[in-house]
Amino acid sequence: MSEQNMTAVSAAQEAAPHDSPTAVTARRRRLRGRATILSIQAVLVVAVLGSWELAARQKWIDTFLYGQPSGVWKQLVDWFEHGTEVGSIWQQFEVTLEEALLGFLIGSVAGIVLGVALGRVRILAAIFGPFIKLFNSIPRIVLAAIFALWFGLAIPGKVATAVVLVFFVVFFNAFQGTREVDRNLIANARILGASPWKVTTQVVVPSAFTWIIASLHVAFGFALIGAVVGEIIGAQHGLGLLINQAKGNFNPNGVYAGTVLVAVMALAAEFLLTVLERRLLAWRPSNDRDPESGL
Amino acid sequence: MTQSEATPPIELRGATKRFRTPDGSTYTALRDIDLTVAPGEFCAVVGPTGCGKSTTLSLISGLEEASTGTVTIDGRPVSGIDRRVGFMFQQDAVFPWKSVLTNVAAGPLFRGAAKREAIDRSRDWLRRVGLSGFEDHYPHQLSGGMRKRVALAQTLINEPRILLMDEPFSALDVQTRQIMSDELLDLWELTRPSVVFVTHDLEEAIALADKVVVLTVGPGRVKDVFPIELPRPRRVQEIKFEPRFVALYERIWNSLRDEVRAAYSRTAGEAA
Ligand SMILES: Nc1ncnc2c1ncn2[C@@H]1O[C@H](COP(=O)(O)OP(=O)(O)OP(=O)(O)O)[C@@H](O)[C@H]1O
Ligand SMILES: [Mg+2]
Repeated sequence: MSEQNMTAVSAAQEAAPHDSPTAVTARRRRLRGRATILSIQAVLVVAVLGSWELAARQKWIDTFLYGQPSGVWKQLVDWFEHGTEVGSIWQQFEVTLEEALLGFLIGSVAGIVLGVALGRVRILAAIFGPFIKLFNSIPRIVLAAIFALWFGLAIPGKVATAVVLVFFVVFFNAFQGTREVDRNLIANARILGASPWKVTTQVVVPSAFTWIIASLHVAFGFALIGAVVGEIIGAQHGLGLLINQAKGNFNPNGVYAGTVLVAVMALAAEFLLTVLERRLLAWRPSNDRDPESGL
Repeated sequence: MTQSEATPPIELRGATKRFRTPDGSTYTALRDIDLTVAPGEFCAVVGPTGCGKSTTLSLISGLEEASTGTVTIDGRPVSGIDRRVGFMFQQDAVFPWKSVLTNVAAGPLFRGAAKREAIDRSRDWLRRVGLSGFEDHYPHQLSGGMRKRVALAQTLINEPRILLMDEPFSALDVQTRQIMSDELLDLWELTRPSVVFVTHDLEEAIALADKVVVLTVGPGRVKDVFPIELPRPRRVQEIKFEPRFVALYERIWNSLRDEVRAAYSRTAGEAA
């Protein structure tokens, strides 16, 4: 352990020979802090999974109901090696991803366009505001059942469910973000010669983007919920279908394995969105970029 | 007599501005303002806080409409925003998501110039305000003084015939402010637009202007107009010690003092 520390430190010193001693100690401290956090996290994961596995093997809990980690792992391996009842695992992955992505794209584009339009044009907000509030008050998961009626087992029903879930989150953020744009910036752009359309595209949208991108993180999660719930209600393919079938076969390991795959998809999307956010919001002061600062 | 002598670039006649307050009543910010600015004249406006200085500028710029009275630019009533007007705002108004270069190029681009041309002109102006080498910085990476320079270049690149400035340097420290004032005068000499320059700082007003207008406590009216016949070119730091400057300062301060006191006792009364 101490030897590892030594090599890490000397590597850091070699990499930046001109850094002041305080910068080097600061970096060393940061590295050590990061290592500590990672090892605590690893210990937590091992402890939880280990005690679950132990409880299952010792028959303290009923594996028929609660499953066990090694069983989940076997199920995953089985899916990847031999496919599922409804086709290869990659196909299920792809179908769910396609539904979620389509729902995410359609829902967020519609949310951004309508949110900015209603935020900018008062008369539109006055006309459509009440309708949007009305639709927003419907529990949207209920709509998944209606869409299943309309579209049957096909993909469009799942996409539609994802769209309605995504739309409202993005819409309200885009609307609020548009309303909060600094009035000075708008006045400045108008004086400099910007037409109302240019004010919208060059001042309002970039400025509201901080709000919009925050909602996109949540929105992809919602798109995934829409897709999976739609598949659980009725589908021919997809991870939601796998979860539902496993439930029907009293196979808790299958349910967990499906859940793990959904989570992997969500984390990958979150990662891509964070990269996009850093790219697009590079102009912001970088005080909140500390990876250890939290979620 | 030429056309420009007959019709002043900026003229307010009996201009009054009322605002609707949140509780539904109206608040008169300006009452019966009369103000004329000649071609190439540098006019400074001083007055206590809240007397309507910013409001005056927004009437001239077309951002706000006068409730009664007339506001004309080159003899024509203001209706909406005019291409001849440049406006440097009281608060920072550079676009934080644009680089320094594209911030300054924004005006020509908004007005339909080709991208190459706008960028070239932006580089020219950045050199003129001493910001070469900072083209790719974002505003948050600059000091307050540098951001003001960006705002100045952003305004001047449109070559306004009418330049409105609302306490542009009030957020800066004294030394930076004096340097910026000298630079402003140099740039102003290049194209000689008509200027309305709002400030709290009487010294700054006298050092820069051809004429100082004193407004009363709100609702603002024009109390006095003082011509400043100090020779140009002026150096802001040095001119302050000239006897004529000191005499002018005393005269104008006598006029302004009562208004500032009245404004102060009013806000102090509100606070109590
Ligand atoms: N949009 C508005 N709605 C209501 N009242 C306003 C509005 N804009 C300005 N006022 C009021 O009009 C008065 C004059 O405001 P203005 O901003 O012109 O003052 P000012 O002389 O520029 O003050 P300062 O020196 O502090 O900048 C103030 O009392 C202000 O509260
Ligand atoms: Mg003001």
